[in-house]
Amino acid sequence: MYDSLEKLAAEAEKKNLMFWQAVLEDDCLERGITKEQSMKQIEKMYEAMKRSDKEYDSGLSSESGLVGGEGAKMEKARKTSNLLCGNFIGLVMEKALKMGESNACMRRIVAAPTAGSCGVVPAVLLSMEQEKKIPIEEMIQALYVAAGIGGVIANRAFIAGAAGGCQAEIGTASAMAAGAAVSLMGGDAYAISHGAALALKNLMGLVCDPVAGLVEIPCVKRNSLGAVNALVCADEVLAGIRSRIPPDEVIDAMRAVGKSMPENLKETGTGGIAATPKGIEISEKLGGL
Amino acid sequence: MNILDVIGPVMVGPSSSHTAGAVRIGLAAQKLMGEPVKEALLYFHGSFWATGKGHGTDRALVAGLLGLAVDDPKIPHSFLLAKEQGMEFAIEGIDLGDEVHPNTVKMKLRGESGRELEIVASSIGGGRIQIDEIDGLAINISGDYPTLIVHNLDQPGHVTEVTSTLAHKSVNIATMQLYRSGRGKDAVMVIECDQEIPTDSIRWLEHLEGIRKVTYLSMESAGERLSDRTDKVEPPLEDVPNRYIGKRGGQSLV
Repeated sequence: MYDSLEKLAAEAEKKNLMFWQAVLEDDCLERGITKEQSMKQIEKMYEAMKRSDKEYDSGLSSESGLVGGEGAKMEKARKTSNLLCGNFIGLVMEKALKMGESNACMRRIVAAPTAGSCGVVPAVLLSMEQEKKIPIEEMIQALYVAAGIGGVIANRAFIAGAAGGCQAEIGTASAMAAGAAVSLMGGDAYAISHGAALALKNLMGLVCDPVAGLVEIPCVKRNSLGAVNALVCADEVLAGIRSRIPPDEVIDAMRAVGKSMPENLKETGTGGIAATPKGIEISEKLGGL
Repeated sequence: MNILDVIGPVMVGPSSSHTAGAVRIGLAAQKLMGEPVKEALLYFHGSFWATGKGHGTDRALVAGLLGLAVDDPKIPHSFLLAKEQGMEFAIEGIDLGDEVHPNTVKMKLRGESGRELEIVASSIGGGRIQIDEIDGLAINISGDYPTLIVHNLDQPGHVTEVTSTLAHKSVNIATMQLYRSGRGKDAVMVIECDQEIPTDSIRWLEHLEGIRKVTYLSMESAGERLSDRTDKVEPPLEDVPNRYIGKRGGQSLV
């Protein structure tokens, strides 16, 4: 995997490749497999995302009983009322909530890049496929774009909440989804990198503060934030707006912020929302940390 | 790490470290056992004990011990499956000390034939695991490679017997670790290989004079692949209550 979005974009330009093709070539080289083999695997991941979305069950609740039914509420509101955000954004929010909930309820999901942030990328991609009638081949390509961005962030910084806070999980997922959305709308490799950079900047500093240490509160709802942020950034980039700070430097800043975050804000369930009186009460009711 | 660690794995939620990693630990233990596990005493350390129940770590570990893969929709119902398959288990908290990774479990297992195995393993993030201890011996196995563990008497020639058996089957050794409890006493070799080791070679080694126990770990043949299973699972008719004993955060009974 690449360790720089700048290098990735430059490599794509030099070889006259699309962003996704550069990621694919690199994957084939790294794992010693053919393009067909790699694409088959990524297609399976996309199919698995689709299946998880389809098999959402609003009747389930998580082990703690704290999560369940939010996605169904969003779906009902979208279908029966005029959402402030409109139908498309409403659909993205609905899918993100559904996936995050399914994860909390021990259903099968695709970690992208993590289980806690599994709703962001599919919410954006599945909604775009559904609403914009994009062919499946292009969706697979967009997933390569997302993987390429996630790979760079993993190499350059981190993608685990325990290592760098929520900005490393939802922030990375949002950057991946933003880049993928830009690519689906015809943006070039540099536009893709800038979409990722804008998304990461917007979520910089976000802490990992799960109540009772569980991937439930506030994790599920942050998935819809990450997905909507991705669309905001994609539209900005498609309008010609660019990140004034180079994308790689944004990733390095995210790393530095994560490094300086205190331990109680890195997935220990002892700071932020987890440390509110209600958060502590919930934790104690569940048996304590 | 590769592209499938960024998009993937396909797994049952909610946590790659507390759920998917726990399944993989269970799977590795089941492979090391080499036969169905009939009794399992599971001691959860650190974060596994503190947040394991909410993350389904208990169900995930039992699922792995039963041979289920990380994406098997039956994972949440593993307690019922264990009952059906006649596997007894109990879960308890333990304090293994500050040096140990927070997501660690100690397992005391008994197999169908009465074979016993004690394993300490940790989930080190993103679903990746590390086996820290087998039968009281501190080792370091990731499960990323097919791994052979041979217990033998500390005598000349056993390393040659094992390595020449592997060479004969064109199995290349990636890493090799040797341990012994003392001169002429119990010795162990841990060999990570680039290829799968044929079953007949393992059987052959088991019968050699001076070799006491041979254990083989291969996650590839443990169903660690993308499956095409459907997500539709019949809900269990009755759920099995958690067999927790001991107190949260308390010292263990061992």
